[in-house]
Formats: sequence, C-alpha cells, structure tokens
Amino acid sequence: MLNKTKAAFEIRDYIREDLFPHFMCPGCGHGIAMRALLWAIHDLNIDKDKLAIVSGIGCSGRVGAYIDANTFHTTHGRPLTFATGLKLARPDLQVIVITGDGDCLAIGGNHLIHACRRNLDITCLMLNNETYGMTGGQVSPTTTRDRYTTTTPEGNYEPVFDACELAQGAGAGFVGREITLQTPSLKSLIQQGIAHPGFSFLEVISDCTEVYGRKNDLGESPQMVLSQKSEFRSDSYGMIADEVFQPRNVKTGVLHKSDRPEYAEAYQQRITDRVKK
Amino acid sequence: MSSVLNLQGNHACALAAIAAGCRFYAGYPITPSSEVAERMSLELPAVDGIFIQMEDEIASMGAVIGASLGGAKTMTATSGPGFSLKQEHLGYAAATEVPCVIINVMRGGPSTGMPTRPAQGDVMQARWGTHGDHPIIVLTPWSVEEVYEQTMRAFDLSEALRIPVVVLIDEVIGHLVESVDMARFKAVKPVERKWADSKKQGFQPYAITEDFVPPMPRPGDGYRTHTTGLTHAESGFPTQDPETGQRVISRLLDKLEHHNKLVESVEQTDCEDAEVVIVAFGITARAAQSAIALLQKAGIKAGLFRPITLWPFPDQSYASATRNARLVLVPEMNAGQLIVEIERYQKDGTSVVGLNRYDGEAIAPQQIVNKVKEVLQNA
Repeated sequence: MLNKTKAAFEIRDYIREDLFPHFMCPGCGHGIAMRALLWAIHDLNIDKDKLAIVSGIGCSGRVGAYIDANTFHTTHGRPLTFATGLKLARPDLQVIVITGDGDCLAIGGNHLIHACRRNLDITCLMLNNETYGMTGGQVSPTTTRDRYTTTTPEGNYEPVFDACELAQGAGAGFVGREITLQTPSLKSLIQQGIAHPGFSFLEVISDCTEVYGRKNDLGESPQMVLSQKSEFRSDSYGMIADEVFQPRNVKTGVLHKSDRPEYAEAYQQRITDRVKK
Repeated sequence: MSSVLNLQGNHACALAAIAAGCRFYAGYPITPSSEVAERMSLELPAVDGIFIQMEDEIASMGAVIGASLGGAKTMTATSGPGFSLKQEHLGYAAATEVPCVIINVMRGGPSTGMPTRPAQGDVMQARWGTHGDHPIIVLTPWSVEEVYEQTMRAFDLSEALRIPVVVLIDEVIGHLVESVDMARFKAVKPVERKWADSKKQGFQPYAITEDFVPPMPRPGDGYRTHTTGLTHAESGFPTQDPETGQRVISRLLDKLEHHNKLVESVEQTDCEDAEVVIVAFGITARAAQSAIALLQKAGIKAGLFRPITLWPFPDQSYASATRNARLVLVPEMNAGQLIVEIERYQKDGTSVVGLNRYDGEAIAPQQIVNKVKEVLQNA
C-alpha cells in the first residue's frame, strides 16, 4: 500500500480525467482553486470515497463534476442546504461546498448566514469572480464599483458585500480569504478550513477573464491575477464594509477563528443529556 | 393494553413516518401542518434520528434531499405557500431520483389565503407544480387511520421507485382526532431502498434496468458518482445529446408507468351498477360517502369512486367504475381541478359535473345530495 501522506500531490489522482477537455474558459481562476482544494485534500489524507463535494449553479457549480469523489451538483443558491442534510445524515463524510458569489451571496444568502450561525462541520469554498459568468456576465453582490457588466451598462452603482465580514458576523467558526495566484497559501488556508471542527467559510478571489475582464479592459488572466496581488494582501487590512465602493486593499489569510460548539456535536450532546439520560 | 390510539391526523403522519423508518426530518413552521414537525422533533431523537428546523421551506426540502442522498429515509411537511416554495427541489428529487416524502396539509389559497381553513386547491400543483416533465406520486388519505397507512406507503413507494411522493392531506383530516388501531400496522415491514452492490469500475448510476429503477450508489461505498439536476446520461454526467436526452427522460417517465399496479390504489363503493358515480378524495370523500347513503335511500343508484392514489390518476379503474354511469359528480374544495383530469376520460352518455367550494368550508353531504338531485331532474 502506498502511504498517501508521503506521496507527492498528483492532481491526476483526484480528477475525472475522462471528462476533459473541461468546461472552464481560458484564464479562469476556478481551476486553480480546484487544484488548491485537491492539494489540501491530499495533504489531509482524506479518502476520496468519503469525500462529498456539493456545488450550486453557475461556473463554480460545474467545478465539482471534475473531482473524483461523491459529487452533487444541486440547485442555484442552495448547495448549503443539501450539504446540511447530507452532513447530518452522514457525519462520516467530509462535506465540502463549492459555490460562487452570486450563488452564495445573492440567491443563497439566507442559507449562508444560517449555515454560519449553526456552525455545522462543513467547508464552504466561495469562488468570487465578481460576476455571473455562466449567464453572460451580469452584476453580482461583489462586483466592484463602476465596473461594467451586461446589466450595469453605465457601470456598477451598488455597494458590495464583504463576504468574510458577513460570515464572521453570522457566526462561522473559521473565516479566510485568498487569491488564486498564491496557490500554496490558498491550499494551506483550505487545509486549515477543512481541519477546523465547525463551519468554515473560505473566499477565493478568482478571476473571470473572458466575460468580466474583457468587458472592463482588465487584461489577460496574468494581468488580472497580478493586479489582485497588489490589491489583496495579508499585511494590510481595510474593511470593505467601511469602504463599500472600494473593495481594495483587502486582507487575506485566516481572518477569524473561534471554538464555538459544532452543531452536530451540540445536537448529540443535548439528546444524550435530555432524551437518553 | 389497548392497541387503539387517539390521534390527530398530523401526529399520525409523524408516527407513521417513524414506523416506516424515517430518520431525518427538515421543515419550516406553517399552518396547518406544524404539528407534523412538532411531533417529529419529539420522536426522532429517541430513535437516533435527526430533526432540524431550517431557515426556510426551500432549505428544508434541500436538506431532505441531501440527507436522502446520504442514505436516510426523509420527510418534510408543509402547506400551500410552502409547497410552492418547495417545487424547484421537488423537481430536483424527481430528476435525480432521490426518495423523499412531502406532506402537504392543504389550506385555502391562492397566496396566503386562509391559513386555518381547509381546501383542496393543490391538486394540480401537486402534479405539475415543478417545471418540466417529471414523475410524481400523490396519495390522498381520508381518515386519520389512512393518514398513518398512506404515510407509511408513501415511504415504501418512494424508496422502491426512487420517486418523490406527496401525501395530500386537507386541513380537516390533518387536525381531525380519531382512534387508530395500531395492531394492524404492527407486522408491516417497511420497504428498503435498493443500494448499488455491483462492480465499481464503470458503474452506471442511471442505467436502464429491467424494472426502470436503477440501484442507488451510497456515498462512502466507493462508487464516487455524480448527481446533477442537469439532464444526465446513464453515467450520471450531463448530456446535451438529443437522442440521450429523449431516452433518459423517457425512462424516468416509463418508470412510473411500469409500476402502475404497485402505485395505484382506489376504493370503489357500489360502483358496479351505479347511475351516479361521485369521484372524491380526502374529507370530501367522507361527505360523499354519507351522501351516497342518503341517495340510495331515495332510490338513486349511487356509488363512490375514491382515488387514494390521486396521481398518476387511476384512469382504467375510473373507466370501469363509471361504465354504467349517466352522471359523474366531482365535488372538490377548489374551483374545479380534479374534474379537468376526469373530463379527459368522458364518454358519450355520461355527463361530468362539478360541485365546487372554495370559501374555507368543507363540502357537506346534503350539498352533494341536492346537487345530484338537481342535475338528474334537469337531465
């Protein structure tokens, strides 16, 4: 038997290669996020048979299908609800949700805050590319001010959500953010998130080159991720909530960690104390 | 100790679910179904089950499907507005073939309607509420005892066929308290889901099997399959190939057709030589039963046709039950929904007439008697 912990990470061991060529556009950051996730899974020595990937709808929702695990492509905005049922019924599974900024913060916003509040042991990876890429690049709750989308022809005038602040405020046990360019840091963040016993919310700053980048003249993928590097860094912290129109200079890394009781554990404890005493 | 319990319809529903093996319930409070959730929150922990009150109706249906994908027998309960919210996920369960039971204790509509008043306004929503062509089974009990029986049966059908099953109860039956003799349910053995137990390499989660019900892969067993609401090939992965799309959706619909005998359940009273057949379900069928006794006393040959399985509509049994009928009366607590289906099978020499009430009151036996007499006089 091969000792997995000692073997180097080989992405081919974790993907469904027969489905390739994949679905993502050239330059899309989602593939890098997937790589970082699988790398973390490898380093944590998680059994693929016990791994459940639950995703929603949109570009982020399609990532799951390429992962060689138990994969569930659910409905728009609701992957956290499926994951909640799955994790409660099957605590032995490692449940990871892959969602997007529209999926998680707009149509699924209610589920996000309640998942954070419950603090059930699920890892939620939100791939933030600031737009609805699958439907042609409409404005999302994280679209930067003044940027053009197919539904903000005069530039975006809506305030943005700071997803991490939101998750922390709602009670998530672990909150972090990383850009795709820093793949080893992203991998490390995901690893810590998965290992955390409770709900972990991880925002991945991805990039939509083909639709959003093109429309806003942000350059090719390398330029987009390099500009992210200057705007998102771990050594400077500016709260988006205070500068709603300027989501720049945003902190990355582990942003919040608490040891609030994990939901399923608290549930079982209550039952043991009250019903089976 | 007596085996007879005095039970409210909604409580009977919860107890039947536990007896059928339900170990996961997710719900959201809504009148007049909340007692189902309340009772489940009391019963489930004692049998190592999970109860969770979710943040909304959509979330509870999502959690129910998620838990069922994990292997649990699952249920949720709701009423009109909540049932509307659950429709997208109901379609997901139908498309991905995830067993689950949905209780809908019907109240007056449309919209918020009359939350505490009875109605039967969800006949069509139960069948066609979610988008696209899909299989669904709808059961309609008419007593507390039958709520128990049909809730258990809902689990059996759902697990056996991998089709979501809706139990359509009206507010009267949901809140009615009647005695139920539990002795007859003691020996009932719940049906268990057919789990995949074949070679993992090249496993096709949606293979076209002889009985049209593919064995379900359980996460953790090593199949590592993909589940999606996108139209998917036998492999489980999405397809846009027209030929495949046609084939897999046909299999989904044929599944129900193929198991028609198992799914169908009707009750016929004095239909053989009936000139007047009353077609009714739920509390309305009980009014019809009393009306039939009164009509027979008055010398009118009347019978009752009660579709316990409302969808798929038992068309052949209906045709046979009404072969001698001059009049088919369809009383229902809505503006005329079931009658639309019945009119499809109308034949020469039989008139199909509706009796409709949507004022938040149940239909009384005398109303049915009067309507029959009125129609016969004017014929």
